[in-house]
Amino acid sequence: MHKEEIIKISHITKRYEENAILEDFSLSVYEGEVVVIVGPSGCGKSTILRIMNGLEPIQKGEVTYRGEKVDGKLGSITRIREKVGMVFQSYELFPHKTILQNIMLAPVLVQKRDKKEVKEEALQLLNRVGLLEKKDSYPRQLSGGQKQRVAIVRALCMHPEVLLFDEVTAALDPEMVREVLEVLLSLAKEGKTMVIVTHEMSFAKAVADRVIFLDGGHLEEEGTPAEFFEHPKTERAKQFLNTFTYDKVERE
Amino acid sequence: MEFKEMFFMLTKGTWDTLYMVLISTLLGYIIGLPLGILLTITDVDGIRPNPVLYKILDVIINVTRSIPFLILLILIMPFTKAVVGKSYGTTATIVPLTVAAAPLIARMVESSLKEVDKGVIEAAFSMGAGYFTIIWKVLVTESRTSLLVGVTIALGTILGYSAMAGVIGGGGLGDIAIRYGYYRYETGIMIITVAVLVILMQILQWAGMLLSKKIDRRRGK
Ligand SMILES: Nc1ncnc2c1ncn2[C@@H]1O[C@H](COP(=O)(O)OP(=O)(O)OP(=O)(O)O)[C@@H](O)[C@H]1O
Ligand SMILES: [Mg+2]
Repeated sequence: MHKEEIIKISHITKRYEENAILEDFSLSVYEGEVVVIVGPSGCGKSTILRIMNGLEPIQKGEVTYRGEKVDGKLGSITRIREKVGMVFQSYELFPHKTILQNIMLAPVLVQKRDKKEVKEEALQLLNRVGLLEKKDSYPRQLSGGQKQRVAIVRALCMHPEVLLFDEVTAALDPEMVREVLEVLLSLAKEGKTMVIVTHEMSFAKAVADRVIFLDGGHLEEEGTPAEFFEHPKTERAKQFLNTFTYDKVERE
Repeated sequence: MEFKEMFFMLTKGTWDTLYMVLISTLLGYIIGLPLGILLTITDVDGIRPNPVLYKILDVIINVTRSIPFLILLILIMPFTKAVVGKSYGTTATIVPLTVAAAPLIARMVESSLKEVDKGVIEAAFSMGAGYFTIIWKVLVTESRTSLLVGVTIALGTILGYSAMAGVIGGGGLGDIAIRYGYYRYETGIMIITVAVLVILMQILQWAGMLLSKKIDRRRGK
């Protein structure tokens, strides 16, 4: 079965000053698939998501969106950004706007959609994540997990074709991780195209169609979750996966 | 001096002072708000960095702000005369007050806008927002509490300057305090005038703080 390529980044080089973070890196995301990116801290996972959303300029290579090249011009970038939703680790909700205003801002102001229609959809989505009664609250009145669910709704309300999630549970207490990941799982079930960066390995195993293991700014290993988690091919991947398990302490 | 006469004089003085302060602060914001926005977005970590423009604005504002108000008042007298036709009186005083207020306001706006979290700005960009939306709906709206505190400080500072303008016949309460207290040794009138100034300042502070608390969504109710 051949699925359409939505985002493609090809042969990109990303440097901060002289430090190359990514070198000759390529990745394609196909319609309806869930790509999970894992790897040690600082290996460039966030950078990849930010490049896909045009938040980060690149030095070499190109990003294409459904075959159309995304150049550096703001017009071209903003058009893509409407189609590529992003959810951040620290939620980034507007503190002085209500939950509803947070969600409605971009659909109304950026996409120029009808206010009433957007509101209806926002309420529906809030209901779906169990936060309808919070519509008039302000972000500070919500727990971390609730804020993150609102941030997901905010991204969904733009009708994105791809959703990027950057360690969306990393700032959450363990009890709240699940409520957020459940939302992601249900989106995956619906067939949404998603790129997820996470440190939750059991979640990655459950949600991914394809796992990308990144180390030092290049793709070290790629495979289905079954392949990657059960039979990692590279030494680096084995080492990495071992950091998530602990050996029983043997006492004398 | 009769009580009635004094009462009328003070009422007029208060009115003149309020007129000068409010109009110059308003004009100060008309000039200072765009300048503050420009300073914020053109700075190195702003949304539209432009080191040359930032430096130029930065220098102009620093120079204007380092001139003591009384000197500024005298320095720009020819300009004041060209604008309003005379260089003394309440309306004329609005010119130097505005010139003093604008750079102060620009700086306060800059510091308020820079308080807005970078992550939130980035989130807005990630949703495809353009510069206009980011400036008005994110930078200005999200920092409105701090901007309002700035308005209170600006009003207070301009009120102080307007009293200083009394030295050269600027009108208002400062003028009365100088004329009666300093030239005619009528300490009583001077004290009452100063008391009115203090009360005005208190009211401004109090109203400003009350309003900013009311619109602050991050804290309080
Ligand atoms: N603005 C910046 N200036 C300089 N270096 C940066 C900047 N942002 C990121 N880096 C560097 O780029 C590298 C990749 O960063 P990135 O945030 O993509 O890593 P990551 O894989 O997301 O890590 P983590 O799991 O800790 O979030 C890191 O070594 C980081 O130090
Ligand atoms: Mg990261």
